[in-house]
Amino acid sequence: MNIELDFPAVLERWPNFLGGAILTLELAFLATVSGALLGTLAAVGRGAHSRLITRICKVYVEAIRNTPLLVQIFLVYFGLASIGLKLSAFTVAVVALTINVGAYTAEIMRAGFEAIPRGQIEAAEGLALSRFQIYWHIILLPAVEKVYPALTSQFVLLMLASSVCSQISAEELTAVANYVQSDTYRAFETYIIVAVLYILLSLVMRAGFWGLGLVLFPRRRRLGTAL
Amino acid sequence: MGGHLNANHLLFLGHGALWTVGLSLIALIGGGIVGFVIALARISPLKSVRLLSAAYVQLVQGTPLLVILFLGYFGLAAIGLKMSPLAAASASLTLYVAAYLGEIWRGSIQSVPKPQWEAAEGLALSRTQRMIKVILPQAMRIATPPTVGFMVQIIKNTSLASVVGFVELMRSGQIVNNSLFEPFIVYAIIAAVYFAMCYPLSLFSQKLERRMGRGSANNLSLA
Repeated sequence: MNIELDFPAVLERWPNFLGGAILTLELAFLATVSGALLGTLAAVGRGAHSRLITRICKVYVEAIRNTPLLVQIFLVYFGLASIGLKLSAFTVAVVALTINVGAYTAEIMRAGFEAIPRGQIEAAEGLALSRFQIYWHIILLPAVEKVYPALTSQFVLLMLASSVCSQISAEELTAVANYVQSDTYRAFETYIIVAVLYILLSLVMRAGFWGLGLVLFPRRRRLGTAL
Repeated sequence: MGGHLNANHLLFLGHGALWTVGLSLIALIGGGIVGFVIALARISPLKSVRLLSAAYVQLVQGTPLLVILFLGYFGLAAIGLKMSPLAAASASLTLYVAAYLGEIWRGSIQSVPKPQWEAAEGLALSRTQRMIKVILPQAMRIATPPTVGFMVQIIKNTSLASVVGFVELMRSGQIVNNSLFEPFIVYAIIAAVYFAMCYPLSLFSQKLERRMGRGSANNLSLA
């Protein structure tokens, strides 16, 4: 057996890889921001007084966490099409990833809410803070600070999971890899390069979240706890 | 074209579901064996072994499973190592699961209280004896809830094997859909079957976690 590796032939396609990597980051960024909002809403909804809202949030979280992302993407893709909504693959990818990461964020945020001592909320009530003030200053912000490491690793996982969007032909990094390998017949080199790119992207994201954590949580920075 | 969903279609989906279970078991057993070695290597007294295993975990956890699968199926074939879809999917899932289970189990081993390690040493047990008789039995209790929870991830991740043409539940759904062209109904059924497999495991994992009351590897990242 004669194995010949030719990385330069594949590296020539660097503009394609760069475009794919940028699109992957875009996907991850949009889904992270909207998924964080959706997940926080769902976590707040789990603690609502109305049983109906609690139920809906629980069903959403459990349904998403117990089915594969690939199936969810196909359901959104064909589901929206069947009700006459023709959206681009990129939009569908963002919607599906948002719904997906929202459920995981909701679970993480719920753990954060539960970690807030009851006494602090009572103290805030005693100081006549409004319901909104209590939610924002006493519950939400400290909870985010507590679960920040778990949240960020979930968002890095989301970036990696966005590779699945190649299956509905969103032109992100994995789709680019499939295209390049079918064009150059150098599948091994292509996927090695793409794997390295994903590792770089996840390192970049982790560094970014770490820096963001330093800015967002000065108290934590002084205490020297993990970000 | 078309026609309606009939018993044959459902039978075909059932067959696919069986392969999903089979592939999940292969990934769990293969990944469990390799993952156990990784967990031990991560706490080895030899620095080089620790570094190597840490690098393995970082590499795999920084790469999407889909890319690992493509590398195993198309990549290796391109350099002359042709594997069947089943072999490629099993190998990729094993490598992937090993990195995650290895980390979960390392966390469990390390969260066995320090005095237990010291007491075992004080009783002049050898390193191997200490591991087998004192540490691992306790670590296993700690590791059970997150491991059961991770089994849900394994089942869901086997759906990616469909992209290399392995006919498990997802792929059989795509095939049925190609003949019926009722994507919404077919994928809703597929989703329901995955849910029926995963949800009981999720509930079981939560129940175990509550029974333990504290400190599963899941909560380590929240500290």
